[in-house]
Amino acid sequence: MIDALRTEHRKLVTTRLWWVLLLTMAGYMAFLAGIMAFVLADASGAMGTGVPASEPAPPMSPEQVASTVYTLATALGYVFPVIVGALAMTGEFRHQTITPSLLAQPSRNVFLAAKMLSSVAVGLLFGVVGTLCTVGAGAAVLALLGEPTYLSEPTVLRSAGLSVLALTVWTVVGVGFGTLLTNQVAAVVVLLAFTQFVEPVLRIVLGQVEVLEGVSKFLPGAAGEAITGSSFYADSGMAAGLLPSWAGLLVLLGYALLLALAGRLTTLRRDIS
Amino acid sequence: MVAVDHLTKTFGAVRAVDDLTFTAHPGRVTGFLGPNGAGKTTTLRILLGLVRATSGRATVGGRPYGELRRPMRSVGAALEAASFHPGRSALDHLRVYAPQVGVDDARCREVLDLVGLTSVADRRVGGFSLGMRQRLGLATTLLGDPGVLILDEPANGLDPEGIAWLRALLRHLAGEGRTVLVSSHVLSEVQQTVDDVVIIARGTLVHQSSLAELAALSEPSVRVVSPDAERLHELIASAGWTDRVAQNGSPGVAVLRRVSAAEIGARAFAAGLEIHELATREVGLEDTFLRLVGERPDGGAPKGGAR
Repeated sequence: MIDALRTEHRKLVTTRLWWVLLLTMAGYMAFLAGIMAFVLADASGAMGTGVPASEPAPPMSPEQVASTVYTLATALGYVFPVIVGALAMTGEFRHQTITPSLLAQPSRNVFLAAKMLSSVAVGLLFGVVGTLCTVGAGAAVLALLGEPTYLSEPTVLRSAGLSVLALTVWTVVGVGFGTLLTNQVAAVVVLLAFTQFVEPVLRIVLGQVEVLEGVSKFLPGAAGEAITGSSFYADSGMAAGLLPSWAGLLVLLGYALLLALAGRLTTLRRDIS
Repeated sequence: MVAVDHLTKTFGAVRAVDDLTFTAHPGRVTGFLGPNGAGKTTTLRILLGLVRATSGRATVGGRPYGELRRPMRSVGAALEAASFHPGRSALDHLRVYAPQVGVDDARCREVLDLVGLTSVADRRVGGFSLGMRQRLGLATTLLGDPGVLILDEPANGLDPEGIAWLRALLRHLAGEGRTVLVSSHVLSEVQQTVDDVVIIARGTLVHQSSLAELAALSEPSVRVVSPDAERLHELIASAGWTDRVAQNGSPGVAVLRRVSAAEIGARAFAAGLEIHELATREVGLEDTFLRLVGERPDGGAPKGGAR
């Protein structure tokens, strides 16, 4: 297993795609955090001056603004770690390296387990970089606007720290998904469509219907946000509330394992030719 | 030793491999031959645990590939679809698998040197020619210094110089007591390399023997060239010889079987026919091969083959 992990690690560091995605995520998250810090601080500030907000939702407290901004990586940036995770598996099929990989490690269980475990390290890296960029840019903009940054507030920092954990788990979910859908192009398209469009819409729509509100909390994106305890969607009043942090973690891990298991029993069980 | 025992693989209604049994022995290069689509690659993939057999067994040293510990130390395999990540360098490709083979970077460089890729060790595989990829595939198989080598069409994409190099390398590896199994769809490509032949067609075994025994199956033929095509063919017809290229050969050229060059020369001389060439072709090994796999009109026609 150690050898299999070393192989997986080398597979990753000998290619360039991951750091292109990492840099993109860093830039994108810094940009989003800056913009959102500006917009949300402005909105919550507007409430203070008595001007009615256009949003029907209750206004955010400055602390909520900080938490929401600092965990934007989990709310909006998780697409990067999930795609990196998926590519780790789909790349094997795209470049047919699945053949030498399985020649070196004929046990497909070990192969899959090594892929998932090795993705934890990558996920941590994406989590740390993504969260740091979000917090850095967000706090900088809040400070420039003269708003409190709450960088010494334990609950806010805890949320930011848990965002690293959430992004890490997202990478493992990506590996699971890539195992189920090994066609690289299809996997990326489905992931983009689901994370950027389908799930946000589902969360907003389900959040409006009282009986289905509970269901929306179990969607993967909501579970990811739940881990951090702060939600861009919930706090902005667009979607229902969140599960407790530990439950969010279990739900997201559950997605990773279920997807991987489904992939193991279907795609990864087939003949490799 | 590589042993395939009553192996069958069906894809839907197609029997890609049909009750195939053969063995490849240590110290010998075994040619695994058959036309494209005969089931060679499927057989090799079953042998390597990549494809599941419908029935039967395929083992290396008595054990299925999946049960080998550190399989790349026992078996080195390069399959036709040589598969590399285009963004990885040649050295990195080997380094990726090295931990599971249980070797270090020095060994990776050593095998690159062995296949003549040292100068491009740090270049990305994406820019490699087919021949270079074949060499890198071969380097991968040698990484674990295995006792068994399984190579699917290793000569594809190699230039004549490369083929000569490959031939020498395979002979050398077998000379060290290794079992070498090489597939090819052209006998002539491996004719000078192999000791034994296993010939399959449509998934079934059609012939297994040493190369020498296969050669014994072949009949010598005599090539005759005359400027007077018409009279040459009159002579052939009157003597009752069989001309194997009569239909599609150039006029004035005939390839005759079951007759000696001396007899043809005597008859031509007696008939006053001018002859420009009269040569015995020792063994038509490729012809024998094609006859065995049923790709020639003269004899060995496939059961129910459309013609």
